[in-house]
Amino acid sequence: MQSFHKVTSIVTPLDKVNVDTDQIIPKQFLKLVQKSGFGKFLFFNWRYDENENKKSEFILNDSKYDDSHILVTGDNFGCGSSREHAVWALLDYGFSVIIAPSFADIFFSNCFKNGILPISLDQKMVEKLQQESDPVEIDLEKQTVKTSSEEIFFEIDPYQKKILLEGLDDIAQTFQYEDKISEFEQRSKIPSVL
Amino acid sequence: MGKTLFEKIWESHVVVEKSNSPSLIYIDRHLVHEVTSPQAFDGLRMNNRKVRRPDLTIATMDHNVPTNDRSLPILDQTSAIQIQALEKNCKDFGITLFDISSPNQGIVHVIGPQLGITLPGSTIVCGDSHTSTHGAFGALALGIGTSDVEHVLASQTMWLEKPIPFEIRVEGKRKNPHAVTAKDIILSIIKNIGTGGGTGTVIEYRGEGIEDLSMEQRMTICNMSIEAGARAGLIAPDEKTFEYLRGRKYTPKNYESLVDTWKDHLKTDDDATFEKEFTLHIDDIAPQVSWGTNPGMTCDVTESIPSPDDFSKGDLNQKKGAQKALDYMDLKPGTPIEEIKIDRVFIGSCTNARLEDLIEASKVVKGQKISSTVRAMVVPGSQMVKKQAEEMGLDKIFTDANFEWRESGCSMCLGMNPDILSPGERCASTSNRNFEGRQGTGGRTHLVSPVMAAAAAIAGHFVDVRKMDLN
Repeated sequence: MQSFHKVTSIVTPLDKVNVDTDQIIPKQFLKLVQKSGFGKFLFFNWRYDENENKKSEFILNDSKYDDSHILVTGDNFGCGSSREHAVWALLDYGFSVIIAPSFADIFFSNCFKNGILPISLDQKMVEKLQQESDPVEIDLEKQTVKTSSEEIFFEIDPYQKKILLEGLDDIAQTFQYEDKISEFEQRSKIPSVL
Repeated sequence: MGKTLFEKIWESHVVVEKSNSPSLIYIDRHLVHEVTSPQAFDGLRMNNRKVRRPDLTIATMDHNVPTNDRSLPILDQTSAIQIQALEKNCKDFGITLFDISSPNQGIVHVIGPQLGITLPGSTIVCGDSHTSTHGAFGALALGIGTSDVEHVLASQTMWLEKPIPFEIRVEGKRKNPHAVTAKDIILSIIKNIGTGGGTGTVIEYRGEGIEDLSMEQRMTICNMSIEAGARAGLIAPDEKTFEYLRGRKYTPKNYESLVDTWKDHLKTDDDATFEKEFTLHIDDIAPQVSWGTNPGMTCDVTESIPSPDDFSKGDLNQKKGAQKALDYMDLKPGTPIEEIKIDRVFIGSCTNARLEDLIEASKVVKGQKISSTVRAMVVPGSQMVKKQAEEMGLDKIFTDANFEWRESGCSMCLGMNPDILSPGERCASTSNRNFEGRQGTGGRTHLVSPVMAAAAAIAGHFVDVRKMDLN
């Protein structure tokens, strides 16, 4: 996984609450067996009409936001299906930071495993950021969101922060506890399935 | 101080605990399916890693399998590739697979309990959010993403932030338990606490209204915990739980001695405290029908479509969401639910495709014909459910009424196989999600119980099943 330090870009405001992972990546695109190439299907049913022409009213189709890496959106982002394809699609499209008042749990966890930084800020701050037209700087080390007029601190779990900063392989980290896992298995009372 | 059931299961599975950080949790059962696993197996191969415990890992194919004749080839090439990938991955890594021709094939959350793989007090994960279903047995059952699937395959553990215990009490007795079902209870709960109401929590469902439910009904409740945003749902095991799992194909040999240890231990202590609480009184609840594009947008069958103002109670974002939902659903505020005409009926999914669901729905259907304007299908949750139902003659009841009787799979719950709605079609569905396009691009989904779906198929519109004789 690539390490994450700083991102500076304009924000893409997606003014919707309860955006579910079915909207982020519709089911017809879940059949690929690799992790790449999902970006072109991101928000597919909102981006394209039935003839696959771009819908001009959808924010991602405004070329002004083409180089944006920061999505700023509403409450409970990423709810529903656990499909990690949603995160792969956001990443492949170019988003590496998602800011919202709240996130669904599984989506939130999936972000960290792919180098996307999800940031929870309060509703008022999110609304303010959605109005911001100048570039915004996200600094993970300092845990700040810097706009042209202010610097906002955000919370992050120290373990998740380390994983992102160092781009660590989760599984390799866990293997350091191999002896503890084996010990657990020795005393576990739950029998194997077979 | 006493402990909640969740805390007991959590503590008995912690491998590594660190302050202010996620804990490393041991996983007793890992269920695998074709859609969220191929990238995980590729990750193992790239790093030259093995599956740590193939004996705790079980796979099946359910999400994209066709539900028509199993002897026919799979026409969708991308689905076929995904299915072949799972076959190869299971062979390469030594994992037991119930493939498309297996009598044990079915929706992963239906076959887990049916085969006795699901056990009280255990931890269960699957790359599917409806893993919460298994919580009905007092198991801590979590839906995970593909990275965690790979992590669990490699290490049989996962890192998890400790969720908050959330008590939902279901009190009272339903006057007509055949008409007002477990589905109506869980939809009522989500309507009240909202789709984000359970975020960061593990819900324990308690109270008389839960104890009264059968195991299959409890699974319907726990299944939709994720629709309230919860990490998992739990119900303390009791005699019904232990009896359900007795003598199944993979029930452990030392089952009775396990039951003895579970009986005393697997319940919330009287003096335990929950950080969050909600109570639903069910004496007077009505059958529920969702009208919008998330499961919280639900009302009684006797009500009318709410206006965005009434629904949002002053929250501007919710109001915008409701307006957008009404536009998508092509519904107008004030329209009585019972006047909404439907085009399709889907009885299926990990929420409501177990034997009991089909028995209840068949009571409505028996001797009737579905409306000439409706196309309706029953997709049993597993091949075992299908076989049992056929032995009882339920297939005949449904096909005589012009329902299609299919092979098992996730089918039109998420429309990854050919079973989808056409744009604009309106469906009464026993599944769990009414998201935009979920059952097919442009399709409109109303979530209901199996009896409500069956009654709608016959009438061509929603009806209050409390008016019918279902005994």
